[in-house]
Amino acid sequence: MDAQTPLFPSAFDVKSPKGAEGWEELYPYYTRFQPARRKEDDEKFWFCNSQHWPNPLRPFDVIFLDFAIKCLGQYNSRHLMIPPANGIDYRILNGFVYFSPVAVAPEDIEARVPQFLERAGHYFGNWNELLDNWKKKVAGATAELEALSFAPLPDVVPLEWIKEGRGLDNTNEIFETYEKAIELSYKIWQYHFEFLNLGYAAYLDFFGFVKEQFPTIPDQAIAKMVQGVDSELFRPDDELKKLSRLAVELGVDEALMTGSVEQSLAAVAALPNGAKWLAAWTEAQDPWFNFTSGNGFYSTDKYWKDHLDIPLGYMRDYIPRVKDGETIERPTARLLTERDRITAEYREMMDEEAQEVFDGKLGLSRTVFPYVEDHNFYIEHWALGVFWRKMRELSKLLSEAGFWPEEDGMFFLNRNEVRDVLWDYCASWAIGTPNVGSAIWPDEIARRRDLLTALGSETPLPALNNPPEVITEPFTIMLWGITSDAIDRWVGGADDTDGLQGMAAAPGTVEGIARVLRSPDQLSELQKGEILVTPVTAPSWAPVFGKIGAAVTDIGGMMSHAAIVCREYGLPAVTGTGNASARIKTGMRLRVDGNTGKVTILD
Amino acid sequence: MSKGLYTLDFSEIGTEDHDRVGGKCASLGDMTQAGVAVPPGFAVTTDAYAEMLKHHGLQAEIERHLKGVDPDDLDSVDRAAQAIRIRIRSHHLPESVEAAIRVAYAEMGEGMPVAVRSSATAEDMPDASFAGQQDTYLWVKGGDDVVAKVRDCWASLYTTRAVAYREKNKISHIDVLMSVGVQKMVNAKTAGVAMTLDPVTGDRTRIVIDASWGLGELVVSGIVTPDNYTVEKILMEVIDRKISDKHVELVGDAALGEAVEREVEEARRKVQCVSDAEIIAIATLAKQLEKQKKCPQDIEWAIDADLPEGQNLLALQSRPETVWSQKKKDGAKKTYSTGMMGIVSTLNSALKVKT
Repeated sequence: MDAQTPLFPSAFDVKSPKGAEGWEELYPYYTRFQPARRKEDDEKFWFCNSQHWPNPLRPFDVIFLDFAIKCLGQYNSRHLMIPPANGIDYRILNGFVYFSPVAVAPEDIEARVPQFLERAGHYFGNWNELLDNWKKKVAGATAELEALSFAPLPDVVPLEWIKEGRGLDNTNEIFETYEKAIELSYKIWQYHFEFLNLGYAAYLDFFGFVKEQFPTIPDQAIAKMVQGVDSELFRPDDELKKLSRLAVELGVDEALMTGSVEQSLAAVAALPNGAKWLAAWTEAQDPWFNFTSGNGFYSTDKYWKDHLDIPLGYMRDYIPRVKDGETIERPTARLLTERDRITAEYREMMDEEAQEVFDGKLGLSRTVFPYVEDHNFYIEHWALGVFWRKMRELSKLLSEAGFWPEEDGMFFLNRNEVRDVLWDYCASWAIGTPNVGSAIWPDEIARRRDLLTALGSETPLPALNNPPEVITEPFTIMLWGITSDAIDRWVGGADDTDGLQGMAAAPGTVEGIARVLRSPDQLSELQKGEILVTPVTAPSWAPVFGKIGAAVTDIGGMMSHAAIVCREYGLPAVTGTGNASARIKTGMRLRVDGNTGKVTILD
Repeated sequence: MSKGLYTLDFSEIGTEDHDRVGGKCASLGDMTQAGVAVPPGFAVTTDAYAEMLKHHGLQAEIERHLKGVDPDDLDSVDRAAQAIRIRIRSHHLPESVEAAIRVAYAEMGEGMPVAVRSSATAEDMPDASFAGQQDTYLWVKGGDDVVAKVRDCWASLYTTRAVAYREKNKISHIDVLMSVGVQKMVNAKTAGVAMTLDPVTGDRTRIVIDASWGLGELVVSGIVTPDNYTVEKILMEVIDRKISDKHVELVGDAALGEAVEREVEEARRKVQCVSDAEIIAIATLAKQLEKQKKCPQDIEWAIDADLPEGQNLLALQSRPETVWSQKKKDGAKKTYSTGMMGIVSTLNSALKVKT
């Protein structure tokens, strides 16, 4: 490849969308492509991570981009010493996130091997014990987060404080609580990656071995051998199914079918068995309604717990199905039998020696892989959900203090600007003047809102500059499916006029009508049998998988959420098409081939 | 009821009969026993053939013709082979043999169109692939014709190619006995072959299916380019399909009493000739046969236009795949890195990305 003619443009040649000029100041200097470092940044290959950040980031939301990337990197480069891979460098361009894996210099790889063996070996060797401890750490941090609260400053410092001679006011608590929330979420992000890289490494090892045995084996078949059926990610949906069935059994189902959440619950309460059902409903919420319709990375994420209309809406789909005598529960026994059959049939085709190796690698993969799925519930759904709830509390408090008219105004400030606002709030309270921010932020937030809308009006470029010869970072391969094929698709994607190519992520072929969704708020628009087309899905969308015919996503690899859920539900899925949600329009007739990864627009 | 000496219904063929019904019929017998749908029919046993030779003293005659044949001189082989075929065809079948065939055929329904095919005892041996060297007669109707075609099959044991092959491979001519299968003609809507491995790469995770309109003979002989489907064997999913221009088909003409080749009309030419459900049914059948026979199989199948959906897929033949199955495994033992070193080596040789 001629270095003079990169496959993808340089970040420095990419124009801002109309109306988004000046977007750069929304984000910290270290997240931007800086002209002073053009040479270095142009030499790297950057791919757009629209799987985790499908929409332009609000300034505050950079917090989890920062934490995620830093914490991912630390485990590769400082804790475990993954021999060939350091972290992932990141930039924001036009509001979207670009990643570039950082390789270890070839001459330094060997020296890291003994360290890796000792450190990673310790984790693999004590996996379950360490994982139990991990769950305690995460639960502890989450409980600490949950205990935080923000109270408006009182008119006067409490009299007891005066009498006990405390000598401090209520502002300390606001500053401390804000810092504490950030610190806890930072810890939680470190825990997030403590086991994850290792889980992927073991899975990749198994994956590579099976591919060597059967070069043409579909990736999804390998995934099926390892994937569990009792992941905690499925629990929230399972709980809704249980609640739906219980509602029918207790005769409170009709009451749940109409009205607002409050009206439904009140109607249930008035029924003879209402209290029993409501007790079950309340019990299920902790922790299982800590479930986001997004991915936990955005302040806009809607958690079931805060939006009970979402789970109730899903139950309104389930209840009539229960009454029709349908089995809405996941066929876990069948899925397990199927997993065993697939595993045994491939194993049978290997020679004896290979079978032994296969057993070892499969065993390790099955031990470590549940973490890869489960962590998502504990971190993104549960812990981060609590963090966002606390931050919304604070944003509302500051809104009431006059800093901005809308409750979500704070998220248009970055986390350091919020520190300034807190100072402004506390200082003006002490001084006895109106705060300055009230005169500044409403207009500035309105301006930033428009900037973000402008940024969101254009689909990001899939990549920048030239792809490297080798990608060694396990996440890049596993999660984002960045392979030569994927890059070829991005380059040649525009040529195919009646179809799109993606990853064959879950088997089967289906024809149907497309429903393009750009946000989880639109989920209720989905009609039975339609093909869901979307930039990216989240595990909490599980209930809609019961009624769609197939799923097509713009981004995502074999282990992306859509892929996992579709295999679980026996639906065809094509992931990582690049731009399906832009090229396909609601109402088009599609043929989705989850075996070849081809999506054809039929008319 | 004791089993017939000269004929055996497919449903009666047991393992102990394999030697006297030949590979093809033995396999049809196995399939019937195992619950695989095959077109009904019967085998004319090698005892019938032996009786024919004995009754007319043909053995001596054959030996006399073959004496002094030079296997490298194709003309001499051809002369001897022709003479033997003429001798075999010039005799009536022994009465007892002919009666048995007529009875067995009548049981299938008088006037039933049948295929009459040779089922040589050596033909389908995994290590001697000279399938297709003996004749097959399609759309045969009526007892007289069936009897005549059985005799033609026997004669086809002495085609020039077959004689030359046995001479070259030092196979005793007289020891090769022939059984003949008489089987109901399939009224094939579509037909073709299926292999339980990829014939191009030997990949055992795949089932490769060729399919075309009408009877399968045009697929086997290569006159028509069939549709080609690849099914992943374990997931049982269609992973590749190549749809061809299938310009001709062979269909049974009941009035003419024969299969006739005819043009396929434009609308059907370039469309998939089997549904996805049918592809999976064919693959399932192939996989079942592979499992039963414990080695990769090469299967002929057809979908019968007269039978109801779900019961219309018939297995016509199943034989061991001979090319890849005999390839020697790589001599050098593979070494694998296991445990932590496996992970290190995986991380260090991660996926290459093309530039």
